[in-house]
Amino acid sequence: MKLDEIKEFLSGYDGPEINIMEVCGSHTGAIAKNGIPGMLSDKIHLLSGPGCPVCVTPSSYVDRLIELSLTPGTVVATFGDLIRVPGSERSLSEAKGEGARVIMLYSPLDILALAEKEPQTTFVFAAVGFETTTPVYALLMDQLVSRGVNNVKLLTAIKTMPEVIDYLMANGAEISGFLAPGHVSVVTGADAFKPLADKYQMPFAVAGFKGTELLVALAGLVKQIGCPKVMNFYPQVVTASGNQKALALIDRYFEPVDAVWRGLGTVAGSGRVLRAEFSRFDAGSAALSEDVKVNKACCCDRVLMGRMKPTECPLFGKVCTPIKPQGACMVSTEGSCHSWFVNHRT
Amino acid sequence: MDERKITMVHGSGGSATSELINEIFAREYADRTLDEMEDAAVVPGAGTLAMTTDSFVVTPLQFRGGDIGRLCVCGTVNDLLMRGAIPKYLTCGFILEEGLSVETLKQLVHSMAETAREAGIRVVAGDTKVIEGNGGLYINTAGVGFIPDGVDIRAEKAAVGDAILVSGTLGDHHAAILSERMEIETDIESDAAPLRQMVDSLISSGLPIHSFRDVTRGGLGTVLKELAVASGKVFEIEEEKIPVTAKVQDFCGLLGLDPIYMGNEGKMVVILPAEYANQALEIMKSCRYGENAVQIGTVLAAAAGESAAGGESYNAGGELICKTAIGGRRRLDVLQGEGLPRIC
Repeated sequence: MKLDEIKEFLSGYDGPEINIMEVCGSHTGAIAKNGIPGMLSDKIHLLSGPGCPVCVTPSSYVDRLIELSLTPGTVVATFGDLIRVPGSERSLSEAKGEGARVIMLYSPLDILALAEKEPQTTFVFAAVGFETTTPVYALLMDQLVSRGVNNVKLLTAIKTMPEVIDYLMANGAEISGFLAPGHVSVVTGADAFKPLADKYQMPFAVAGFKGTELLVALAGLVKQIGCPKVMNFYPQVVTASGNQKALALIDRYFEPVDAVWRGLGTVAGSGRVLRAEFSRFDAGSAALSEDVKVNKACCCDRVLMGRMKPTECPLFGKVCTPIKPQGACMVSTEGSCHSWFVNHRT
Repeated sequence: MDERKITMVHGSGGSATSELINEIFAREYADRTLDEMEDAAVVPGAGTLAMTTDSFVVTPLQFRGGDIGRLCVCGTVNDLLMRGAIPKYLTCGFILEEGLSVETLKQLVHSMAETAREAGIRVVAGDTKVIEGNGGLYINTAGVGFIPDGVDIRAEKAAVGDAILVSGTLGDHHAAILSERMEIETDIESDAAPLRQMVDSLISSGLPIHSFRDVTRGGLGTVLKELAVASGKVFEIEEEKIPVTAKVQDFCGLLGLDPIYMGNEGKMVVILPAEYANQALEIMKSCRYGENAVQIGTVLAAAAGESAAGGESYNAGGELICKTAIGGRRRLDVLQGEGLPRIC
């Protein structure tokens, strides 16, 4: 199909109502940026799932990071997105005002030079992410072990995508097809979604991030509703079996664990923690299961399940804005509420 | 090469301060009023004055395509120009941190003086303080301009049917600063520039200009949204027409940035009736820093009722709409949250 035909097909679709969920924060952003919602028939609904790793990190994780950052002799290093995420009482950025030592890094590997320069300080990296980011943490572990660096630890909140999709579907999410995450699929391979496609008799489309790539993938999904099919519309970088080297490296240092998702609760086998033999590099990740809502009326859980649009949450745009986020989905630029808010989606 | 460093004694107000002022500042800024070294500059006035002030805290102090010295003139001069003023007088307050290299200071002051000459503004007053610290430097500048009779350029004057022009490519300054900070190798240069020639030429052409705005922090999205709100009109721009160099585009792709929200230091938006758009573009293109000037959109009337597929209505007053390359429509707002590190 030519692009014009695809556009016509998507805007003219008049079959049963369908819900398509994207589970990647970059997809959420690209959909808004390209103005895609307005190009679809009103029978096609786009839902934003748990695709932002920062958004699904429980409050007790942020609390523990704050505690560490206020501990003498300890520095917390993190990607920028996490700094403003509220814990049960405050965020890392607020704690910074009270003397917490927090630094922002663009790559976890940058921590090596810092740790070697300041051997008396313990550096804790906030290792948050999905399959996309986990290989970098495994690489960092590789360096820590081989260089014998003992003053770097990880506080992990590492999550995996297929398990949480399974959880959503098993708990009654009304979704007819998934835009499978492009970057995650580079690591896992497109085939990682095949068991889910079979189990729930629904299509998955691995998609890139350009407007045209998203339209092509959406059209593919709409045509295959009800079919257990995994379509790879991002073959430039995604293969069927994924990056075996990265997967092996992850496996060497990390093992599966039941993980707590902010707003959702515990999802079996959906996390990764350091294997027991490397537990000396862990800064207390195992105990972090508690998840307190900052605002009782926050609907992040239902938004993440695709049961509610961000705009249907009573807090959205009123007390919950990017300047003063109440729930995690509003904090990160990849969060669904943040994206809906700044793009005025309705 | 001057090996000396700034120390607290340079801020004492005594002989070391005078030496610093005479050796570095007075020499570069040589001006008949400044040279009097009085407590206040006494200068001729005019009927309607434009006044503005801005502080500059950018790191690194020197970057590809500019430095804090050039920036602190461009920022203030361009703000005066955006109201149609003729820039006249500039004051500068320097806050130096202990440990600053005197050689660096010399270079920055030289760059500032050179930019002031280019912009045709006189540096008539200044101040220097030294604080404890780590070799940093901060500058505040204030500017005064004269508004010629009959010139009335304001944000709320944008009218239905106006063309929205932008003077050149977006995101260069922001990308240059970020790449330096993140040690990403690129040859993207800051666009820091005084827009004096362009504004003077546009005003003296007699074209009925409604609004000017320099596209600084917050980027084009923020600036146009503010103009849309101020005028109560709908601003519609086309993504494909927004000029961005391939290098900046690639840089943004790498970091997930949006050029529409990136800061610039030598770009402006011009709004005037569409029938004069081509004449204005010709003038802009003939000026220094304006070779890539282009029309990116149109000002529309606010009207209720019409809505796109999906039930989203797009045309209330104060809206900024971007037609995307693939044919979608995206509503833009001012930059939300903190965005990115400080760049000016």
